[in-house]
Amino acid sequence: MIAAPTNSPDAARLVTPAMLVLWLVLATVPLWIARVGLYPYLGIEILIWSLYALAFNLVLGTAGLPSFGHGAYFGIGAYAFGLCQFDVVANLWICLAAAAVAAGLAGALVALFISHRRGIYYAFMTIAFGQIFWTLAIKSHRLTGGEDGLLKIRRLPADFGFVSFDLNDNVAFYYFVLIVFAIGIAGLWRLVHSPYGRVIAAIRQSEIRAAHLGYNVWLHKASIFALSAAVSGFAGGLFAMAQLAAFPDVMSLHQSGYVVMMTLVGGGLVSFWGPVVGVFLFLTARDVIGALTNAWMLYFGLLFMAIVLFRPEGIAGAVSAALHQHSLGALRERGNSAMRLLFGGGR
Amino acid sequence: MSMIEATGVHVRFGDRVVLESVDLAVAEGEFHGVMGPNGAGKTTFFNVLTGRVKPSRGAIRLGGEDVTGLSVHRIAAKGVARSFQIMTLFDEFSASDNVMMGLPEFRARGLDLAHAAAGNRQFAAKASEGLAAVGLAEKADVRAKDLSYGDRRALEIAVALAQEPRVLCLDEPTSGLGSDGVQRLTALVARLKGKLTIVAIEHDMEFLFSLADRISVIHWGQVVARGTPHELQQNEWVRRSNLGRFA
Repeated sequence: MIAAPTNSPDAARLVTPAMLVLWLVLATVPLWIARVGLYPYLGIEILIWSLYALAFNLVLGTAGLPSFGHGAYFGIGAYAFGLCQFDVVANLWICLAAAAVAAGLAGALVALFISHRRGIYYAFMTIAFGQIFWTLAIKSHRLTGGEDGLLKIRRLPADFGFVSFDLNDNVAFYYFVLIVFAIGIAGLWRLVHSPYGRVIAAIRQSEIRAAHLGYNVWLHKASIFALSAAVSGFAGGLFAMAQLAAFPDVMSLHQSGYVVMMTLVGGGLVSFWGPVVGVFLFLTARDVIGALTNAWMLYFGLLFMAIVLFRPEGIAGAVSAALHQHSLGALRERGNSAMRLLFGGGR
Repeated sequence: MSMIEATGVHVRFGDRVVLESVDLAVAEGEFHGVMGPNGAGKTTFFNVLTGRVKPSRGAIRLGGEDVTGLSVHRIAAKGVARSFQIMTLFDEFSASDNVMMGLPEFRARGLDLAHAAAGNRQFAAKASEGLAAVGLAEKADVRAKDLSYGDRRALEIAVALAQEPRVLCLDEPTSGLGSDGVQRLTALVARLKGKLTIVAIEHDMEFLFSLADRISVIHWGQVVARGTPHELQQNEWVRRSNLGRFA
C-alpha cells in the first residue's frame, strides 16, 4: 500500500512477498499464454505498460498531481531510444539510458512551469505541454519520421561483456523485460516508502503543512514529476524495442488518457499495485473483448466511469481490503479523498 | 535581543490595507499573546511571521537574522513552527508518522530515495516521545483523521514541537475545544512556557490572560494596545471594547 504506515513490515523491505509471487507467476507466462488463446507479445506489452503506469502513478497516486499528458514522456523515451541507436551508438544500455535521460529532461523542463500549481490548473498545463510534445513529434519529420514514425528500430542485444543475449525472439525479450520490470518495481517500491516518498505523500495531503514543516514543496513536486517522466521514458525505450518502431500516437491526448484509466480502474489511488492490475485488465480486455467487438473501449469506458463514481478505491483497493481485512469503507473514503485532492486543488 | 521581531510591517491586498506599521518584539522564552476582533489582521500577521505572506514594507528578524521575504519552508527550517486555526495535519498518516514528519532529522533526509523510512528506531523513539508529551502515547498508530478534535489539536502541537522550534506560533489553539480540552491544552502550553518562545493568537481571554507574559491587541491592522495582562486590564481602549468584558 502506498500510504502504509512506516511501521508496516513490507514498507521496510526492498522485495516483498507479493513481488516474489508476482514475479514467479509472470515467469511462467510464456509456458501457458498460448494455451489460453493469447500470445507472448501481450505479456511484453503488459510488463512495459505496467512499468509506465507505475511511473505515472508516482505523480497521480503518490503525489496527488493530475498529469494528463504523460504519454509525451513515454513517446520521448521511445524516440530517444531509436535516435540513439541510429545516430549515437547501437548499445542497449546506453540507448535505454538515453531514453530515460531525454524523457527526464523533458519532464524537468515541464516541471519548472507547473510545480507551483495543483488541481485543475496543473492538469490543464500537463495537457498543454503533452500536446506541444506530440505536435513536435508529428511535425519534426526529419527527426521523428512524422506521422509515419521512426521505423526500423532494432532490438539490440543485452551485452554483458562476457556474454550477450539476443532479444529478437519474443520469449527472450519477454524475460529481459521481466527482469527489468522486477528491478523497476523494487526500485519504485523503495522510492515510495523512502523518506522522499513519505514527503511526497505528505505533500499530497497538505502542501501548506509540509511547507511549514520545512519541506521545499516546489522542489519535491518538480523532482517527482521529472523522475516519473524518466521512468516513463525508460518504459518508452522498451516499447520502441518491442514495436521495432516509435510512433507519435502514444504521445497523443487519448493515449495519455489510457494510462489514467488503467491506473484509476486498477486502484492506483490507494494501492501501489493498482496500476499493474489496471494495465492487465485494460490490455487483456482490448484483446479478449476486442476480438468480439470493435466497441471494446465503450465497455471499458463504462467500467472506468463506474469505478470513478462508485469504487474510487479501484480493483486493487477492493482486493487489498479482502486480503488484509481492511475496511473497504476506509479505502473507499481514501479513494474519494484522493479524487477530491486531485481535482479540488488540495490544501 | 528579541527572538522574533517585526518592524513596521505593512501588508496590502489590492486596495485594502490589512496591516499598517505593525511592530512586535518577542524576547526569548516569552509567551506573547495576540488578540483582537475578527478580521483585525491577526492571522495575516502570523502569515507574515511564518513567510506565507510577504510584507509590502517592513522587516521580520529571527534571532537577529533578517528573514523578510524568505519562503515558508526556509523560515520553518530556521526554527519557526506553527499551528493553524483550521487544523492542518496529514490525515492519512498515523499520529506517529505526523510527528515523524516534523523531526529535523527526518527533514534532513527529505530527498533520500535509497533507504526505507520504516524501521528507523531513532525516528520512532522521537515520535513516541513527542506524542507522550501531549498525552497521545496510546494513539500513536491511529490515523490523524480518526482522532478526536481535542486529540488533533494536541497532535498539531506535537508536530510543531517535533520541529524543535525556536518560535512556536499558535493560531487560536483552543478554537473548537470543549472546557476539558481547553484545560488540557492550557496545562500543556503552561509546561512549554519559558522553554521556548511562543506567540499565540487567541480569543479565549482566560487562556491568554492566565499564560501570556505580554499581550498585543491588533485592531484594523494596527497594534492599539500592548502590555502585561494586568496592564491591559487597566487599558482604557481594552476596557471600552468588547475584549475588555472578558479581560
